[in-house]
Amino acid sequence: MKQYLLSVCYPAGGSQPAPAALRKIMSDVTALQKEMQSAGVWVFSGGLHAADSATVLRHQNGDIVLTDGPFVESKEQIGGITIVTVADLDAALFWARKLASATTTPIEVRPFTEYGD
Amino acid sequence: MAVLTRFLGDISLAEEAVQEAYATALERWPKAGIPPSPAGWIIATARNKALDRLRRESTRADRERAAQLLADQEESEEQEESEEHDVRDDHLRLIFTCCHPALASEAQLALTLRLLGGLTTDEIARAFLVPVSTMAQRISRAKAKIRDAGIPYRVPEVAELPARLRAVLMVVYLIFNEGYSASSGDQLVRPDFCDEAIRLGRQLAELLPEESEVIGLLALMLFIDARRDARAAGGNFVKLADQDRDSWNQLHIEEGRYLLRICLERNRPGPYQLQAAINAVHCDAPTTADTDWQQILMLYDQLMAIAPSPVVALNRAVAVAELDGADRALRLVDEIELPQYHLFHAVRADFLRRLGRSADAAAEYQIAIEKCANKMERDFLVRQYRSLADK
Repeated sequence: MKQYLLSVCYPAGGSQPAPAALRKIMSDVTALQKEMQSAGVWVFSGGLHAADSATVLRHQNGDIVLTDGPFVESKEQIGGITIVTVADLDAALFWARKLASATTTPIEVRPFTEYGD
Repeated sequence: MAVLTRFLGDISLAEEAVQEAYATALERWPKAGIPPSPAGWIIATARNKALDRLRRESTRADRERAAQLLADQEESEEQEESEEHDVRDDHLRLIFTCCHPALASEAQLALTLRLLGGLTTDEIARAFLVPVSTMAQRISRAKAKIRDAGIPYRVPEVAELPARLRAVLMVVYLIFNEGYSASSGDQLVRPDFCDEAIRLGRQLAELLPEESEVIGLLALMLFIDARRDARAAGGNFVKLADQDRDSWNQLHIEEGRYLLRICLERNRPGPYQLQAAINAVHCDAPTTADTDWQQILMLYDQLMAIAPSPVVALNRAVAVAELDGADRALRLVDEIELPQYHLFHAVRADFLRRLGRSADAAAEYQIAIEKCANKMERDFLVRQYRSLADK
């Protein structure tokens, strides 16, 4: 079994969907999470606050320095993540497809490294 | 390669093992003689080389994997009778892996040519006009993605098969087209690419005999390939109407007709089958004048209904020109948007020439010549352009 990270991507500074659309998205995402759980593939899911709520820590001259804001300013941001455990990429893509339909946003699928990789 | 990839679950490891096995064969066969089953010998030797390597490199995970593989091997040796069947299944798995939609289409093409076509990285780089280092990187990146992302090594399930098969057929047809009409360079045809695509097509037809589009693609390639030699007579490009029909490959045409009959009986038409049928009509005509353009137009109408594209519309206009004259056809062409395609301009120029609009035709030929990257096709267009001035 392999683990995959499914990231919800959206353009930085984009506007939120209208409340009714957002309610539909939330209920679809919740239903999908239940489906993943009963299929036994779900590991973790969570939504993230906007990137400007981030704090970055860096090594600097033997010290750790904190900076306010995201590690990189990028056009695409990650709005939430889901981790699944499945047999292979095709199975991960099966769930990612459902997630893309539920969130109506692009989904990035990335494999985790494994012991021995 | 395909057998070992399934066995080892890793394309790079399989490739290295096969290379080592060939090196051993080069040393041993001249002295000891060629073994009764050379392919079997290579597979067995490569399998042992890979196992040795896994044991040698011995992280714990690798040793466990080697032990597991050894157990699997003993199991599989009990079923030697199904070996040949396994080899065929392995080819099918490998082609679906190479053409996985998670790989970029250029990576799919390169991997298929490398792993199933057996072309060297050098040859593929030359065909696509990129530096060898770029192609080597493209191939190794694709192999790394297959391994790291866990792209499965299996034939897709029934529900996924149609979409996944479309990608495979497209890769095979792209290889064929690159061979039949080299997108650039001095040679019109790259016969090795045509042969390789037809070989892959045959393999797919053998593996998936129930899929009519697979049969249709094979028939289409055979019909087009039948005209390969006639198309480049004496180092010059010859258009369909002027080809020596006696030099068409009758064996290919016969096989294509046979395959097409199978498709007709099933009555599940698709884009490749329809294109094959159009080519069959051309092949049926003993002379250009005998061509059944009505039938061809009907088939293009059907093709436009299920798989519309500007290129299909352009070809349909050519049939319209034969039936209703260049005037109507020109009006159809003017509604098509294909400004970068040299054949769009060549067809338009031909219609203008037929209508006696020489100056407009000349200007259009010039654009076609400019857009055409293949030397032999360009020479042909230049001849057309010059004959216009002679009148």
